[in-house]
Amino acid sequence: MNQLLYSKLSSLFKVEPSLATSIGKIQLDKPMMLASGILGISLDVFNRLYRSGAGAVVTKSLSTEPWEGYPNPTIFSVKGGGWINAVGLSNPGATNFAKMIESNQTVPIVVSLVGSIPEDFEFMIKQFENCKVTAYELNLSCPHVAKVGLEVGDDPELVRKIVTTSKNSTDVPIIAKVGLGTTHYLNTVSTAIDSGIDAITAINTVRAMAIDVETQRPILSNKFGGLSGTPIKPIALRCVYEISSKYDIPIIGCGGVSTWEDAVEFFLAGASAIQLGSAIGDNWIDVFGEINNGILEYMKRKNYSSIKDMVGLAKKS
Amino acid sequence: MQRNHNHTTIVTIEKVIDETPTVRTLVFSDDLMSNVLPGQFAMVWIPGINELPMSVMISNEPGKAAFTVRKHGPASTGLFNIKEGQQIGIRGPYGNSFDLKKGKLLLVGGGTGLVPMMRLLSFVKPTDDVTVLIGAKSKDEVFFEDFANSMLEKNPHKVLVSTDDGSYGEKGFVTDLVEKLVNESHYDGVYVCGPEIMMYKTVQSAHSRGMFVQASLERMMKCGVGICGSCCVGEDLVCRDGTVFDGEHLSSNKEFGHFYRNKAGILEKY
Ligand SMILES: Cc1cc2nc3c(=O)[nH]c(=O)nc-3n(C[C@H](O)[C@H](O)[C@H](O)COP(=O)(O)OP(=O)(O)OC[C@H]3O[C@@H](n4cnc5c(N)ncnc54)[C@H](O)[C@@H]3O)c2cc1C
Ligand SMILES: Cc1cc2nc3c(=O)[nH]c(=O)nc-3n(C[C@H](O)[C@H](O)[C@H](O)COP(=O)(O)O)c2cc1C
Ligand code: FES
Repeated sequence: MNQLLYSKLSSLFKVEPSLATSIGKIQLDKPMMLASGILGISLDVFNRLYRSGAGAVVTKSLSTEPWEGYPNPTIFSVKGGGWINAVGLSNPGATNFAKMIESNQTVPIVVSLVGSIPEDFEFMIKQFENCKVTAYELNLSCPHVAKVGLEVGDDPELVRKIVTTSKNSTDVPIIAKVGLGTTHYLNTVSTAIDSGIDAITAINTVRAMAIDVETQRPILSNKFGGLSGTPIKPIALRCVYEISSKYDIPIIGCGGVSTWEDAVEFFLAGASAIQLGSAIGDNWIDVFGEINNGILEYMKRKNYSSIKDMVGLAKKS
Repeated sequence: MQRNHNHTTIVTIEKVIDETPTVRTLVFSDDLMSNVLPGQFAMVWIPGINELPMSVMISNEPGKAAFTVRKHGPASTGLFNIKEGQQIGIRGPYGNSFDLKKGKLLLVGGGTGLVPMMRLLSFVKPTDDVTVLIGAKSKDEVFFEDFANSMLEKNPHKVLVSTDDGSYGEKGFVTDLVEKLVNESHYDGVYVCGPEIMMYKTVQSAHSRGMFVQASLERMMKCGVGICGSCCVGEDLVCRDGTVFDGEHLSSNKEFGHFYRNKAGILEKY
């Protein structure tokens, strides 16, 4: 067979896989995103993460006013893996942050917001009018700061009002980030969907603590914090599988991803994109490139041309 | 089993040395910390009070390590007030270390920035010709002068002190002395740790003359492991990419010497 014809035929049958993905209306060149609160306060760092293979970065959760957060210790490394953090949502406030990212044209930025009443979210979204924002992520699930986060996510009526107000404030897609609170997270998901949410991120950290046996006191200054990293992966995976089995909504998987296999597991469970944070503590920023390469190899081996081909496959049986 | 450096280890303070009215050295036993590279730091937990990044000091005896702390705000005052027999938690070591050149070396330390410089001294070769510059506000705030001299007993060396008010040594900023020295002769390596403006000027003086220079940066640190983001300078994370950076790299960083971030992460001018 002539060489040209051969290469044409083989390219017809074996397509180079693409890492591009869509989460509803949100289009990304790569499926791995930086999770909120990790390295998320400088545009220069966002650029670096983007060059290293992150498809998008989620900002630290921003509030209407700057917050200093809790005193140290704010982070604890768990024996056997994972972290417990109670940074206390320290952030420069939405207005300051918007000024910093105004010049951004390159990096897909998802702005994470935290607040206690619908007006907080309306105000903050307004601050970003002159910025290129890929999506907003409503943090309805921080487990260690009073009056925001989980306390909001646990109140269905408040979730409804916040999602509705936020949707009315912008045409940019809005994601709700859920976690494990006292209300069943599926109820929060369902309320958010009914109120018009565009996608769901699951999950946030899980409320936890650590006590030092020598000095016999809790280590974190806030006593309680949120557990992240490998120990929560099986829980997060279960949540993604449950949400995708019950609802027709684009999902971003988050919790404990540190290898390409973890990422693929989340796709198979029904996630269209993935966020990671803690893995950076172990493998540093190169982790994005390494996971992307692993996913590509897997797609070649399984003959998938796009991420979409894998999403939800584990539910076939 | 090898210790996971991220896990907090509790150590007991064995000796407290008063260096100046506001500076103390706390000595403890810990193999891992006694062997750290010059420039590395630990996250130090003062139970019930706070957790702070601290450079690891030199240890004269095997298996011992120390922190030298200046009392400042609530956290460092908490550490300053720790008594012999009390316990603190440590994790680390974190960060990279100085790249020690051979030959004619200039070490510049301001305040507790002297700590990593003392650690560096324990790594110099007897053939190196070493100049140490100590910058302090006034005479009572000068420390480690005798210590530096004793560390360098076997070397051709000079230990020079400058005080802002002229109450001891040369009068003026230590950076004026740096400018004078790098103008007079070539150094194979210049190392600096101290207030950022002092580091900025030292880096400029040496780098503009083509000398190899490194600075150990300080930023607000919460995690120490590269996840919280609070320590960023431009696109670098001080706890993970540093704390030591080359003059070459620093000259292209827009924030170094000009801006720092406060506890909420807002960029403020120096
Ligand atoms: C890598 C590194 C090594 C250091 N080594 C030493 C040392 O050997 N000896 C020494 O005395 N000091 C050292 N410091 C400084 C020390 O960590 C504290 O910043 C300082 O003691 C003041 O703390 P404070 O909480 O008492 O002050 P506060 O009154 O609470 O704060 C005053 C200022 O101190 C700084 N600061 C407070 N907490 C932190 C923190 N967690 N991380 C960084 N900066 C903070 C901030 O700029 C803050 O605005 C080092 C800092 C870093 C980053
Ligand atoms: C230090 C730290 C800070 C965090 N801050 C936020 C935050 O501001 N907003 C938020 O929605 N989630 C925050 N999270 C949760 C992460 O975004 C993520 O949901 C969680 O860490 C699980 O992912 P991982 O296991 O890949 O880290 C934070 C996590 C860590 C470790
Ligand atoms: S101190 Fe947290 S990233 Fe450096």
